[in-house]
Amino acid sequence: MTTYIVRRLLWVIVLLFLVSAITFVIFFALPSADPAQLRAGRQPNPQLVEAIRHKLGLDKSLPVQYYRYMKGLVLHFDFGYSYQNNISVKQQIFDRLPATASLAVGAAVVWLVIGISVGTISAIKRRSLFDRVAMGGALVGISAPVYWLGLLSLYLFANDIGKIKIFPGSGSYVPLSEDPTKWFTSLILPWFVLAASFAAFYARLLRGNLIEVMSEDYIRTARAKGLRERRVVLRHGIRSAITPIVTAAGLDIGILLGGAILTESVFNIPGIGRLAYDSIQQSDLPMIQGTVLLGAFFIVMMNLVVDVAYAFIDPRVRYS
Amino acid sequence: MSPLLEVDDLRVHFETEDGLVKAVDGVSFSVEKGKVLGIVGESGSGKSVSMLTVMGLSRSRNARISGAARFDGQDLIQASAEDLRDLRGNDVAMIFQDPLSSLHPFYKVGRQLVEAIQAHKYVNKSEAKERAIEFLGMVGIPDPRRRFDNYPHEFSGGMRQRAMIAMALVNEPRLLIADEPTTALDVTVQAQILDLIARLQTELEMAVILITHDLGVVAEVTDHIGVMYAGRIVEHADKRDIFRAPEHPYTWGLLQSIPRLDRPRDEPLVPIPGRPPSLITLPTGCNFHPRCPYVRPRHREVDPRLEPVPEDPAHRVACLLPSETRKRLWQELSAGKAPEEARAEIVEGGLA
Repeated sequence: MTTYIVRRLLWVIVLLFLVSAITFVIFFALPSADPAQLRAGRQPNPQLVEAIRHKLGLDKSLPVQYYRYMKGLVLHFDFGYSYQNNISVKQQIFDRLPATASLAVGAAVVWLVIGISVGTISAIKRRSLFDRVAMGGALVGISAPVYWLGLLSLYLFANDIGKIKIFPGSGSYVPLSEDPTKWFTSLILPWFVLAASFAAFYARLLRGNLIEVMSEDYIRTARAKGLRERRVVLRHGIRSAITPIVTAAGLDIGILLGGAILTESVFNIPGIGRLAYDSIQQSDLPMIQGTVLLGAFFIVMMNLVVDVAYAFIDPRVRYS
Repeated sequence: MSPLLEVDDLRVHFETEDGLVKAVDGVSFSVEKGKVLGIVGESGSGKSVSMLTVMGLSRSRNARISGAARFDGQDLIQASAEDLRDLRGNDVAMIFQDPLSSLHPFYKVGRQLVEAIQAHKYVNKSEAKERAIEFLGMVGIPDPRRRFDNYPHEFSGGMRQRAMIAMALVNEPRLLIADEPTTALDVTVQAQILDLIARLQTELEMAVILITHDLGVVAEVTDHIGVMYAGRIVEHADKRDIFRAPEHPYTWGLLQSIPRLDRPRDEPLVPIPGRPPSLITLPTGCNFHPRCPYVRPRHREVDPRLEPVPEDPAHRVACLLPSETRKRLWQELSAGKAPEEARAEIVEGGLA
């Protein structure tokens, strides 16, 4: 198991290396505004642009630029500085990460709780009124775009523009370290909006799985043993049916930790998603590299976590 | 003495989109304390559904269940779900065909036994564990203390079925229902498992219902045999009578389709022609008539009842052929005649 994990971690490094190279190539291959021009302001004189170009190293050949970037990254864990305002990329990402992490992890809790409980009840009470309403609702939840749902929730519940003014609206995010209560209330709407489609998907996934598992022979055995139905479902049914949920949850959280652009935008939360979006607007390569690498890192790490978790869920899974 | 389990006119019908499936259609049988009843029939004859119904495991929204199944005086068909749950795994236990899929793949074997014990007995974990280890040893699992911590996939097929048996017996039930317990196993392991069931049956003085499609299996260990066809019992008798003086043409067909050591080696096996009927549109008259070599026109209209044969009230059969004709037919068949020959000679000879 340890060798397996070490091997996988080495692959993570190779993968991140490739991701950085591809990001670099895409940045220069695709048409984008000249960072030096952008930095120089409205009416720049050519000398200034040239000076900026030189300062940022943009006058060097592409391989040299890439080599310089990678040298800083590998030797000093230095992600470089923003082309636009000289802020340390590393510092900027660490500043923004708590907001994104708060959003992603909190939403995951919401969608797992809702998805698992609704999915379970729907599976057990298949074709009941609850099941029909829940699965119909799930279809809506999966289909509804996050920005529409976000705007709708603000229109209905935000305490500034809402019809029923109960939750803090857009732009009210407060870091956890500053005020835990405000942090919590400000994230309630974003959590539910972000979680909606995931909860719907997970409920449907678990329902389907659980229905299948409940017709397995070992469920019949569990009943033949005289276990209470509650125990049959929770200990024997869900234990098996939850496996794909673990996979999906790991990957989804991994993706969201790299930034939830739409939700962050609607609710004006200063997270990684917004940072990535803004840095693309400003042709800010070091910042783009930083956010892309961060996103890739979370995705591959969560993949690894999911695979390792499998070995704990299913004793038949062995890695070597 | 009243029997331990008495099933009376049990019917289990399932409403499906294709129509009403009459899986069990008027089954009656009984098992005495400490006896072994074999239930024999093809796939889809209703053997398993009858037993699952007795255990209360076939109750679903589309199931229509009627009749009675009295266990020690209590009717299991009318019993509440909670009463049945209390009975299951405690007084009545069940083992199944495929021991690999019947054990939960994610839990250690020992833990699954402990769970069975604690479902019915207020004992602490370590007591339950000791009892589980004792039973794993009793069913012949070597080094049970170590095996307690193994997962099902770390057991061989035979060992898994032994573990299933241990799990079923751990609360010392009075009735064990074994649903094709050897079908998924190698032939050599089959004999071991049957021996084990027979030994434990005597040791624990429990009654056993052994469901199988294999007459060879029931020949080993049963006291009585019920032969099922299309949701009904068509013949019910002492084991010896089933093999020596069977009365139903379907039983004859089953006996002639298995190889026997006391017969000439070159004697061909005779398969039963045709296929089991659809349980949605059952044949008119006798259910077996489309496949019966000795069918008479009347058999297509009259539905035979399970009735005792004249000389033996314990031997019951559902066949419209006159008793005398059946006796002569079986004589000819056991003398090696083909069904067509026997038919030409006896049935068309005017005796029927």
